[in-house]
Amino acid sequence: MADTFEFELVSPERLLLSERAEMVVVPGTEGNFGVLPGHSPFASTVRADVIEVYENNKVKQRIFVGGGFAEVTPERLTVLADEAVPVEKLDRAAIEASIRQLEQDIGDADSETERAPFEARLAVEQAKLAVLGRPN
Amino acid sequence: MPSLKDLRLRIRSVRSTQKITSAMKMVAGAKLRRAQEAAEAARPYAERMERMLGSLGASFAGRPDAPGLLAGTGKADTHLVILATADRGLCGSFNASLVREARHMIRDLLAEGKKVKILCVGRKGRDALRRQYGSMIIDSFTEVDRPRLGFPAANKIAQRVSELFAAGEFDVATIIYNRFKSALSQIVTRQQLIPFGGEPAATPAEAAPAARAIYEYEPSEEDILDVLLPRNLAIQVFRALLENNASEQGARMTAMENATRNAGDMIGKLTTRYNRTRQAQITKELIEIISGAEAV
Repeated sequence: MADTFEFELVSPERLLLSERAEMVVVPGTEGNFGVLPGHSPFASTVRADVIEVYENNKVKQRIFVGGGFAEVTPERLTVLADEAVPVEKLDRAAIEASIRQLEQDIGDADSETERAPFEARLAVEQAKLAVLGRPN
Repeated sequence: MPSLKDLRLRIRSVRSTQKITSAMKMVAGAKLRRAQEAAEAARPYAERMERMLGSLGASFAGRPDAPGLLAGTGKADTHLVILATADRGLCGSFNASLVREARHMIRDLLAEGKKVKILCVGRKGRDALRRQYGSMIIDSFTEVDRPRLGFPAANKIAQRVSELFAAGEFDVATIIYNRFKSALSQIVTRQQLIPFGGEPAATPAEAAPAARAIYEYEPSEEDILDVLLPRNLAIQVFRALLENNASEQGARMTAMENATRNAGDMIGKLTTRYNRTRQAQITKELIEIISGAEAV
């Protein structure tokens, strides 16, 4: 096995993943970035998209994150995700239902401040749908 | 002197109360375990967040352009007291001690001539403060742990607090909650949320250059901090709520255990009394019969 580093994925509710990884591609707000062992220290915000964990140059795991932060040090990558679901567990019907619900909520909201949280969630749900529509 | 029938009814009613309290104790025990697990599961995120914020915050320390959530408004005129209690009673002094702490704090602040605003999480705290400080309560949240105490609920509260802060409604925010120590003991805790006093460890002067040198930021430090700080606020609220929830279940379990034991004692006493009364009555009837027979 090639060089590895510690990869941790945490959501507010629990520690989702803590393992050694060879390479991880993180969807940063300003573009994807790949993390290899010995990466220079780096911090970035994360957009709603897929994190890919590589092993032997192949994608081992694909995890959807709904935005958050990533912190990189030479020996560790920590992703603080608002929400994280393995891609294979995304359920198209459930996502579409919640999009409909959110669109209705946005329609019902009276003010900009009331709308904002729904719109943020809608963006995340739409990102999920976009991930499902994309070939691996 | 209660009649035999009264005593019998009384024993029956205490016994059914005991059944209820012992069931509640078991329910609280099960919920406690879950609440404790949830509190533990949330710890890694909060720790990582603190580490990240520590390095970011250090580079901003002492700078005039530091964001308000980190540095405060520079004043301390208006305080926001966030009181986190339970929605339900029957958990010993859990709610009462929180409310007492809040009253103390409010009284002290008012005595210093500060303005106070209150945000209540949980029905019990709101009801307790409404009479005395009703006009200061600006908002309240109830049923945050239904169906399950999750991050979205904490996030909603944090968002409200951020909004109020952005609108200049207060300068300092403090949350009062019960920190979970064990099922028997909970510690009433005050934690300042805004300005965030998380990293007093290093002096800004020596920490700042080090932290700045280490990290590269994308997009910029300011942008990251803008997102990170509200998130941190939500995490701190979430953590307080989780601790509070575990404490509540612990307190309820203890209270219900005591209640069950008390009910047991009471049943014992009532039963003794019932038997004495019954015997006394039999004796009395016997005497009546005998003296009646003698009179003939």
